[in-house]
Amino acid sequence: MSTPLSALFGRSPIRPIQEHMAIAHHCVELLGQFLEASFVRDWDKALAVQQEIQRQENLADDLKSNVRTNLPKSLFLPVSRTDLLELLHTQDKLANRAKDVAGLMLGRRMEVPDSLVEEVREYYKESLMASTQALKVINELDELLETGFRGKEVELVESLINELDDLEHQTDVSQVKLRAKLFALEGTLPAVNVMFLYKVIDQIGGLADVSESVGARLLLLIAR
Amino acid sequence: MSDIISQYGTIFLIMACAFGFFMAWGVGANDVANAMGTSVGAKAITIKQAIFIAMIFEFAGAYLAGGEVTSTIRSGIIDIDKAGFADSPELLVYGMLSSLLAAGIWLLIASHNGWPVSTTHSIIGAIVGFAVVGISPDAVVWSQVGSIVASWVVSPVCSGIIAFFIFRSVQKLVLDTSDPFRNAKKYVPFYIFLVGFIIAMVTLVKGLRHVGLDFSFTQSFLIATGVGIIAMVLGAWLLRAIKEDPGAGNNFHFDSVEKVFGVLMIFTACSMAFAHGSNDVANAIGPLAAVNGVVNSGGEFASQSGLPLWILLLGGGGIVAGLAMWGYKVIATIGRNITELTPSRGFAAELAAATTVVVASGTGIPVSTTHTLVGAVLGVGLARGIGALNLNVVSRIFLSWVVTLPVGAAISIVFFLLFKAIFS
Repeated sequence: MSTPLSALFGRSPIRPIQEHMAIAHHCVELLGQFLEASFVRDWDKALAVQQEIQRQENLADDLKSNVRTNLPKSLFLPVSRTDLLELLHTQDKLANRAKDVAGLMLGRRMEVPDSLVEEVREYYKESLMASTQALKVINELDELLETGFRGKEVELVESLINELDDLEHQTDVSQVKLRAKLFALEGTLPAVNVMFLYKVIDQIGGLADVSESVGARLLLLIAR
Repeated sequence: MSDIISQYGTIFLIMACAFGFFMAWGVGANDVANAMGTSVGAKAITIKQAIFIAMIFEFAGAYLAGGEVTSTIRSGIIDIDKAGFADSPELLVYGMLSSLLAAGIWLLIASHNGWPVSTTHSIIGAIVGFAVVGISPDAVVWSQVGSIVASWVVSPVCSGIIAFFIFRSVQKLVLDTSDPFRNAKKYVPFYIFLVGFIIAMVTLVKGLRHVGLDFSFTQSFLIATGVGIIAMVLGAWLLRAIKEDPGAGNNFHFDSVEKVFGVLMIFTACSMAFAHGSNDVANAIGPLAAVNGVVNSGGEFASQSGLPLWILLLGGGGIVAGLAMWGYKVIATIGRNITELTPSRGFAAELAAATTVVVASGTGIPVSTTHTLVGAVLGVGLARGIGALNLNVVSRIFLSWVVTLPVGAAISIVFFLLFKAIFS
């Protein structure tokens, strides 16, 4: 039975977007387990984790298309529909990036030189922190809706996004250091391996970049 | 004097009672659900409480504030002199009977198919229909019909604007502050005062002469203030029990705040039922009152005759019966579907819609409660308060107007000709 009043309410995209971000962040978390496995050359474990990341990434994709199909133009939203879809797209990139790193490293059985392991671990953790912060920001979406995307809650979210920017900047600094260290080792390693190590370093830092973009997209959403 | 009236008077009256009860039953079964569904959906009240509130306040609204709309439906749409009812009053009886039957049947078909039609639109379409075809286009007071139709656009827009500003004030005073819970407890009693005051004020200013009370404007103002204060004290007493629960809803800091607004929503639910009673009950009892007037006076059409209490009781009884037999199911369905509307939003929508409808009732204009409520919800949405609103509904509502008027008219014409063939 449908009455005009109950038909009036569409499905809010807020909750699914938050669920999507949680899955994307989970992919980044899993990448940590994958890296640890690769550090000790446990490729069976690495394969298992990589497949779990792949599965989660598929889950995120399904959720993404689900949100998209339930967001017709006739739906009246408190925020711009295009901004919302862009936000979703950026979140999805986070899951994709994590999948790419795991896929590349597993495919080439890449071994991080022992002298770099500690730095790479720290560097990954900084990216993970950026992703965690992005998740925290997205989890404020329902509160933002509650306050009509105005007032104190907006200030709170803005300060969270500022922290996120700082975290991303931190990974940039670490990336420079890590690359310098790798440069010093270059002569002792096979050239192709070095090339791909640079690429992996770049991609792990990319996780923080994408997390920052998630924050930036949300900022666009609440900017008036 | 008309032979037909004296011959079949009792039969006409029994038929009018049956059809009127049928129509009121339909209003209770379907229409009340929209008025109460928001409160149930926001979990401010249970379904049992909703039905209880609806029974009391629907009746109060119909009795205290429903007279104007009833008289519009009864005698405001058709020009008695031009229609020639002095010579053949039975035509009016046929017309009103067929209008009731037509509107009732159309509502049954529409609610079965989930079309967003309104009881008000159906009955107006039916009355205009039989008058134009059965009597003559001149018999219709087109200026009155025009203002009624205009009000169908104006009332949702109006309540939308009111809802927008009420919700913006909630945002400013409560939600967007650093301590929403404390501010909610501070300001909600004032909103409760506002609910009591506005509803009482509009009702009193419009006049309660028919129940033997006649107040001046100042007296009305004082009484309305009193009603507001009583509501506020009652609300403050209910609010005492609500404590901030820091553990509730880790992911959502506003759970305790919404509990405070839940108390407010009990009051707006009452006002909504009152408003609905003041406007929509007239759809069923207006035509019945017209038939009763003609039959009792033996064919003389007295447009000024008072509204007998038993007619009101019949209308109220029909609504209660509809609610009890079928309405609770619809309320449950709606309540499940509109959980998006939290108490802080639901109250803004209900207060805006109730105010608009009660003002319309005071001026004797039949409006659609449901459509007014839809307008109010859109107003809250415009204040960026609701996650997603389906704008298709607006076009569906618009389409339902375009369809309801001619269909209501057509069915009523068929019955009119049928009755005419049977009795004359």
